[in-house]
Amino acid sequence: MSSSSTWSLHRFANPGQFLRLSGAVLPYLTVGAVLLLAVGLGWGLFFVPADWQQGDAVRIMYIHVPAAWLASAGYTGLAVCSVMSLVWRHPLADLAAAEISPVGAGFTALCLATGSLWGKPMWGAWWVWDARLTSVLVLFFLYIGHVALVRAFDDPTRGYRAGAILALVGVVNLPVIKFSVDWWNTLHQQASISLTGAPTMALDMLWPLLISAIGYTLCFAAIVVARTRAAVMERRIRGLLMAKAASDTGA
Amino acid sequence: MTHLPFIVAAYALGLAIPAGYAIAAWQRVAGARRKLAAIDPRMSRP
Repeated sequence: MSSSSTWSLHRFANPGQFLRLSGAVLPYLTVGAVLLLAVGLGWGLFFVPADWQQGDAVRIMYIHVPAAWLASAGYTGLAVCSVMSLVWRHPLADLAAAEISPVGAGFTALCLATGSLWGKPMWGAWWVWDARLTSVLVLFFLYIGHVALVRAFDDPTRGYRAGAILALVGVVNLPVIKFSVDWWNTLHQQASISLTGAPTMALDMLWPLLISAIGYTLCFAAIVVARTRAAVMERRIRGLLMAKAASDTGA
Repeated sequence: MTHLPFIVAAYALGLAIPAGYAIAAWQRVAGARRKLAAIDPRMSRP
């Protein structure tokens, strides 16, 4: 990375700068998330035609697919923060990583639960040890492991380092999730949307899916930004209390 | 509507889980801001 881009990253390591910037962005993220989720989910639930094969159960897609995308995207964000933490010792990256993993775990749990609710009427089973489902379950355990590991040390810095290493080791699971439906014969269907090809889904169904996916993405971002703001303020509080205690002891 | 209980359960989770995280985050920010203001009033509006 060039020195100018490294400089710009470290500019945002300043907690005051981060609090000002995130305070300005957060209301837009929140309002955007609420509006897009209302439109996307309302459209998907009430106005999209039922699927000829799956009936109305296809409406679960408007929750399940964005949750699945965010489970992987959130882990990618966690890995990026881990690289920034290990390579550049970026202090905000440590806090952001610690705040991404619980939210990522929640969205992965949402993906697994809605997948189960979709699978029961379609496959006749709540759960199968299919490669896609199993690799997403591994992702959930990686998130939970990160949450536990970061908080397992008395010295927070050691916890952040250990968590960053775990997160980077777990990155190997992301291509397994993505390509599991191509590499193995799975009950889970193949991707209907790709960056390179035309979608195999009717536009009537695609638009609300994209809107709800953007809405959930803004929601995820708003939650992580708010949690990171809280973590920055809590660290500042601890610093002030320790400085006060030290000055009281010195007096 | 076919499969109604499954759809209702999925949408309930799809709203409840993000809403739970959002409310918890909002409460945490408000609590941290209050504590910070109590310790150092100059930092009450970061």
